[in-house]
Amino acid sequence: MTDNAQQSLSVINVGLASFADTINETGGTAVHVDWRPPAGGDVNVARALAGLVNNERIDSANRTAFENYLTAQPILKGIGRAGDVIPGMGERMILHSGPPINWDNVCGPVYGAIIGAILFEGWADNENTGKELLRSGEVTIAPCHHHATVGPMAGITSPSMPVWMVSDADGGNQAFTNLNEGLGKVLRFGANSPEVIERLRWMQDTLANVLGAAISSSGGIDIKTIMAQALYMGDEVHNRNAASTGLLLKQLVPHALRTGLPADDVAQAIEFISGNDHFFLNVSMAACKSMLDAAHNVPNSSMVTAMARNGVEFGIRVSGCGDQWFTTLAPVVDGLYFPSYSIDDAAPDLGDSAITETAGLGGFAMAAAPAIVQFVGGTPADAIRRSREMQPITIGRNTAFTIPALDFGATAAGIDVRKVVDTGIQPIINTGIAHKDAGVGQIGAGITRAPMACFTQALMKLSETPTG
Amino acid sequence: MQTETKILPNVYRDSVSLMQISSKLCSLPGIIQASAIMATEANIDLLVEAGLIEITVPAQPNDLLITIQGDNSKSVEAALGEAEASIEGEKLTPASGEEDAFAPRNIEMALDELPDAQLVLISCPGDYAGAEAEKALRLGLDVMIFSDNVSIEDEVALKKLAADSDRLVMGPDCGTAIMNGIPLGFANVVSPGDIGIVAASGTGLQQVSCLVDSLGCGISQALGTGGRDLSAQVGGRSMIKGLNILANDETTAVIVLISKPPAQEVAENVLTVAAACGKPVVVNFLGAEPDVMRRENIYPAETLEHAAHLAVELSKGNKALLNDLSRYGLGEPEINELISPLSDSRKFVRGLYSGGTFSYEAMLLLEYEIGPVNSASPLSPEHKLKDIWSSTGNTVLDLGDDNFTRGRPHPMIDHRLRHDRILQEAEDPETAVILFDVVAGYGSHPDPAGEMAASISAAVNGSYNPIFVGFVCGTDADPQNRSDQERKLRDAGAVVVSNNAQAVRLTGDIIAKLGDGK
Repeated sequence: MTDNAQQSLSVINVGLASFADTINETGGTAVHVDWRPPAGGDVNVARALAGLVNNERIDSANRTAFENYLTAQPILKGIGRAGDVIPGMGERMILHSGPPINWDNVCGPVYGAIIGAILFEGWADNENTGKELLRSGEVTIAPCHHHATVGPMAGITSPSMPVWMVSDADGGNQAFTNLNEGLGKVLRFGANSPEVIERLRWMQDTLANVLGAAISSSGGIDIKTIMAQALYMGDEVHNRNAASTGLLLKQLVPHALRTGLPADDVAQAIEFISGNDHFFLNVSMAACKSMLDAAHNVPNSSMVTAMARNGVEFGIRVSGCGDQWFTTLAPVVDGLYFPSYSIDDAAPDLGDSAITETAGLGGFAMAAAPAIVQFVGGTPADAIRRSREMQPITIGRNTAFTIPALDFGATAAGIDVRKVVDTGIQPIINTGIAHKDAGVGQIGAGITRAPMACFTQALMKLSETPTG
Repeated sequence: MQTETKILPNVYRDSVSLMQISSKLCSLPGIIQASAIMATEANIDLLVEAGLIEITVPAQPNDLLITIQGDNSKSVEAALGEAEASIEGEKLTPASGEEDAFAPRNIEMALDELPDAQLVLISCPGDYAGAEAEKALRLGLDVMIFSDNVSIEDEVALKKLAADSDRLVMGPDCGTAIMNGIPLGFANVVSPGDIGIVAASGTGLQQVSCLVDSLGCGISQALGTGGRDLSAQVGGRSMIKGLNILANDETTAVIVLISKPPAQEVAENVLTVAAACGKPVVVNFLGAEPDVMRRENIYPAETLEHAAHLAVELSKGNKALLNDLSRYGLGEPEINELISPLSDSRKFVRGLYSGGTFSYEAMLLLEYEIGPVNSASPLSPEHKLKDIWSSTGNTVLDLGDDNFTRGRPHPMIDHRLRHDRILQEAEDPETAVILFDVVAGYGSHPDPAGEMAASISAAVNGSYNPIFVGFVCGTDADPQNRSDQERKLRDAGAVVVSNNAQAVRLTGDIIAKLGDGK
């Protein structure tokens, strides 16, 4: 008689844990899956998902998209006037963050910022006249993402505003973003008082000049290198940008001093940047947008290329699904609130800045930024755990971005719609929280998760194409 | 001597980690010099001075440049591989001291952890079981679906998909299997051996494998197919696949097939494959006419016990074959002694089974010996109980049937339903014999005979009690230990025989005798 107990059996167990115990007790090897119904329990999505598992059509598309994302090399090229440089923007358009929305459905901060932009442009001199321009359609609004642009919070960008211009080194795509105004009463949180407009004008006249001249003198600044260094210095380049702002400033200062612009202008610009630890955020976002646009529009790819919120809806875009958005109501973030504010005061999640998480940074790189884990109510161990938790839902890792606390492991990047739906692990996002009323500003910060409904919709769309 | 350079474009590492990587590379066997640096002008100058590279390396300052000099190309290549792995970093391992492993959340994550996995065992809710099985098949794995409530359309689709990639689907509703000696689901610990089983019935598989074990032989593989596999719609796909697996399995010398009677054309297909498989095949299609099955190489068995005996004899090389030979070991005097205390009104059997196949086999054998019996799921519709909660005449019930388990745990796990029914039947003045099974093994109740003994004791009051006749399906190697289980039943006053066929035949003889008058 043969002794086939000597053979081994390796089993993956889905369901009753005791079955795995039996296998392990009797000489086999079993790994028990911490299973829960996929897709939040939607049986139809679970079935559609099963058809897309280990699917070569999608897998090879994802390899292409992910490779395009990895090899992108966004360079900070200069400063331009939004209306002149942003494709398809025109002279009477205002860009906003997140998926498309009608102007009369927007949340408080976005509405305040739109009015602010109209005042800044001089199209109207009060709110009511401004509103009339929107109602008549004379002024239109459109998502930043539809115009190669991203913006934090309200994301409001109007034609006369200065914008960063980012280009892929190989001349591929271009990405744009407005300049960060700092904290407090600022347009991106919906403030539109005279001091806000005044600051915007100074940024338009003075800051933009200094930056434009300095960058032009530098010949272009490699953004990924700054990001990679900043990850070693405590930034995750979404909610903490202290190190990256310093690194950028370090590169700009010598060039700024050589521009020949009035010394006071240069000093004001340097002072402004030094006083704003989030100054690099917008640059980080544009770099992420550039890397992800490189991965966009690969047919059949299930790689997420944008996550963005407009204060009403949360939306994602997927490489293989073209310009389609998959949206659901934006969550209100249960985060840490500044004194005297609570969740009742919060606007739903807002801004294009989740582009950083989409690119494997921000919440995905939380382990790099222990300084802000307390700010969002956690410990450094939580931060490490969160970064590791993202690995199973991503296509790969970006070796350009590594983290000391992960034993110099690379960040998880390239969110795969299928893996999110299958594991139930929702992408983590570090986010600031805006007051629901225009102009109050930031009232807290926290960690939120991208809603599952966006991913299940995208999955159903991907499954419409016959498998092969 | 050999020198290789490799450029990793746009990969940034700080100098400390690069120095560590460099020194690690230098220490590898056959390596003379090694360097991993950011390709700045200054760094490239250093390498040129060291004679490691030519000045013409096409690297940019943002690129990471690896240069390795070694004795031969093999060691250089190995070191390059090592360098890239170090730069990529290992898996996202936690920092030192962090022990916070993530449990895998889906089959793919589990497969990362167990790359040599062969099988996915699925017992999640039936609504999702089909999708999980499909994932497993698409990942190139065999599947055992323990879950029920998977539609027959999904079953067919899964089995077609499995055929495309030459995979096996056991189930849905496959309660038990033994693969490479490892019990899966509800299974017994049996000796290894050369008898392979493919069964559409879970308890049928358990009974035959346990009897083979108790007769001194062993099991190579015991595969399940799920109860619907031999329907016309599913076409016996899993049984045929299982047959082929066992036909090609070197350790398997004898094959046993177990099922309720298949759809006619399916039976034909299965028997044709079986007859041509090159190994003797014992076939127990419960209730099928033996002569219809008879072919070259095929040995029809009338009961599960008979199937086990045939397989054991064939395994020993005996081809002079026995007929069905169930001997329960009680003589006429002992039977008379058993029935003498019964009051005259007690003349019927009440079979209270936890195993569906046992109940089915009991109905078949009893019909032959004492005529048709009533049931919630009878052999023919006219014997269906009007109220399944109340027995009439000779009645045999599968208490594990959906009719009884809806909203309740299965009686193999939770004895309460059967306990109540035992008391009810014992109080019925017409009950002469309570016929029962006890199924041991992994997955079952930790002490099913103890529970049954408690029920028997609770049911016994005075001298007008019914006779309890039962058996234990299990082995002494099972966690519950078959001998211990049998002893508990005997101590409680039950008549314990070796298996279902014997228990049913003893019962049949008792009932027949009572009908003839004591």
